[in-house]
Order: sequence, then C-alpha cells, then structure tokens
Amino acid sequence: MADNTPPRTRAEVLQTELLPLRAKALEIAAGLDRLDRADGQSVDDQLQQLRQALAVLLEDAPNRAERVQLIFSRQYDPAWRQQLEVVAGR
Amino acid sequence: MDYFDPHIHMVSRTTDDYETLAKMGCVAMSEPAFWAGFDRGTVDGFRDYFEQLTAFEPTRAAQYGIQHYTWLCINAKEAENVELSREVIAMIPEFLDRPGVLGIGEIGLNKNTRNEAIVFLEHLDLAMKTNEQILIHTPHLEDKHQGTRMILDMLTGDARIDRSRVLVDHVEEHTVRPVLEAGFWAGMTLYPVTKCTPARAADIVEMHGPERLLVNSAGDWGPSKPTAVPDFILEMRRRGHPESLIRRVVYDNPRQFFSQSRGFVFNERS
Repeated sequence: MADNTPPRTRAEVLQTELLPLRAKALEIAAGLDRLDRADGQSVDDQLQQLRQALAVLLEDAPNRAERVQLIFSRQYDPAWRQQLEVVAGR
Repeated sequence: MDYFDPHIHMVSRTTDDYETLAKMGCVAMSEPAFWAGFDRGTVDGFRDYFEQLTAFEPTRAAQYGIQHYTWLCINAKEAENVELSREVIAMIPEFLDRPGVLGIGEIGLNKNTRNEAIVFLEHLDLAMKTNEQILIHTPHLEDKHQGTRMILDMLTGDARIDRSRVLVDHVEEHTVRPVLEAGFWAGMTLYPVTKCTPARAADIVEMHGPERLLVNSAGDWGPSKPTAVPDFILEMRRRGHPESLIRRVVYDNPRQFFSQSRGFVFNERS
C-alpha cells in the first residue's frame, strides 16, 4: 500500500484531531442515550451492527474505517450470477 | 487552484452555483445522466434529457468559463423497466458524436438485482460496439460492497473492455482497493453523510497514492455540496501535502482520463 502521509508526528495529528474526535464521541454517546430514552422495540440487527462497529473503534489495529464499512455491508457471494441467472460477459 | 469536478449533476443546480464554482476555480466538469427523482416513462423523455445535457448545460456553463462534458445512459434506478431501458440504449447513439459527450454513464447497480445487471451488461455492450469510455455508479450504503464486487465481476468478465477507459465511481474505504488493483480508475464522492468526507478522501489518497484516483462532489438535487472539491483541496493543504499532489488528483487525473474520449476537447486556461 502506498504511503503518501505527510511527515506529521502523532502529537501533531492528535492536536489537530482531538477536538473533532471528542465532538464525534459525544455525538455517539448522546445518540445512544437518545435511543435508550425512546419507547418501543429497537431494531436488533441494526443495533447489533452498531455495537460491532463501536467495538472495532477500540481495537488496536489498522484499517478501522474499512472494517466498519464491511460491518454495515451486505455480503458478496461470488456465485451471484448463477443465483440471479445472469449470463457471463464476453 | 484550477480543478475539475468529474461528477456533478448541474441540471438540478442553479445558475448561481455555476458562478460560485467558477469563482472557486472549477474550470471543467462532467455530468453523467442520472435519475431525475422520479421514473421517466418514455424514450422521448430521455431524448429531451439528453438534449438538455448536450446543448443547454454546456451553454449555461460556458457563461462562467466552465467547460461542460457529459455521459449518457439510463440510470440503474430505472433499469427495472427493461423494455424502456432497451429503447433508451437503442436511442443513445443519436447523441454520441455530439461535442462534449465523453461516453456511457453513469451506469451500474442500485439494489443489485437481476434486471439491473442485465441492463448494465447491455450498456457495456453498447460502449464496446461504439468505442466509448464508461463511467460507473456503485450502489449506496449497505449495497455498495456487494454491488461493487458484482460490477467488477461483469467488467473483468468482458475481454473487450480496456480497464484504463473505465472510471468506477463512489468508492470508499471498503471498495477502493479492488477497483484500483483491477486496473480501473476510481472516483471518490464527497457527500456530507452517505459517502466520503473530504478528510476520509484525503486519508484514502494517503493510503493508496494518487494514481488513477479522482474526487468529485456529485452535487445534485439531494443533500450534497457542489463546492466539495475545494473542501478536499483545503483539507489536503491543511495536512501539508504539496500542491503538485493535490493538483494531480483534482486536475491532472481527470484531464488524463477524459482525454481518452474523442468528445473531450479542452482549452487550458492561459
């Protein structure tokens, strides 16, 4: 994978990102509180996806954004053409 | 900085937007045919739309010094009507030799259905028979990963396709890698909520490099920001990226990709 990241230290990146990330963490916390206060049944599958995504954020591993995207994605089946009866290209 | 917006739907924007874009450095744009917010019922409805794309919008853009190009198709959201789709595909060649037409697009998938795949394949066949470039729409949100992989299967399954003449648009973190690794161009759409933010697009450039990567606003009638490309430029500058790298993504890359279309005649600002 290419690395075109400019030479900024972790401290410099954190200095830039801290307030925006803090604000986003608060938005998530407040959104979950809002969900708790609401009446009625929650949509369990969607909530489960959200919980999985939040767990990824705390992992000490790269490519968190890609992994979160995949949690919210329908699965790809390489045999889709047979299932949909779509003939192959030329 | 002069820049291209390689994907923007100006039929749904105001003339004031053209003026704002010109002030911010936009020198050229391309407008793919897309869904109007409702399903059109006749081939003549599309004929009128293509007239608007190839005649009216270039004139409106030129008043502000912006060079307007376009792509023609019936969008995936209307592909469930296969009979109408076939009528439109048969009519498209009437417009392909008009000035500023770059090829077939934005074709693709929406909900990844059988009919969408059939109409997509028939668009590909038209593009190959008429030697056109292709601009591809990948699906939204939870359908994107699956739909992008299905699209790549169909593209790579057609031996006639020159991958350097295909732009796969709306890539995000989970789809950019397979698109670039297969040899296609990739576009990142800067949307406020549902696609890439300028910061995430800058991350993708840092992680994958600038080769065959473009950014666009996909400004349309929904929540979108036609000045999103300048937002990306600012984000890249804030991080300390050199002007040459930024220019490559927002100017050199789209110009290089578009230059493979016979309908692309570009006058550089002197």
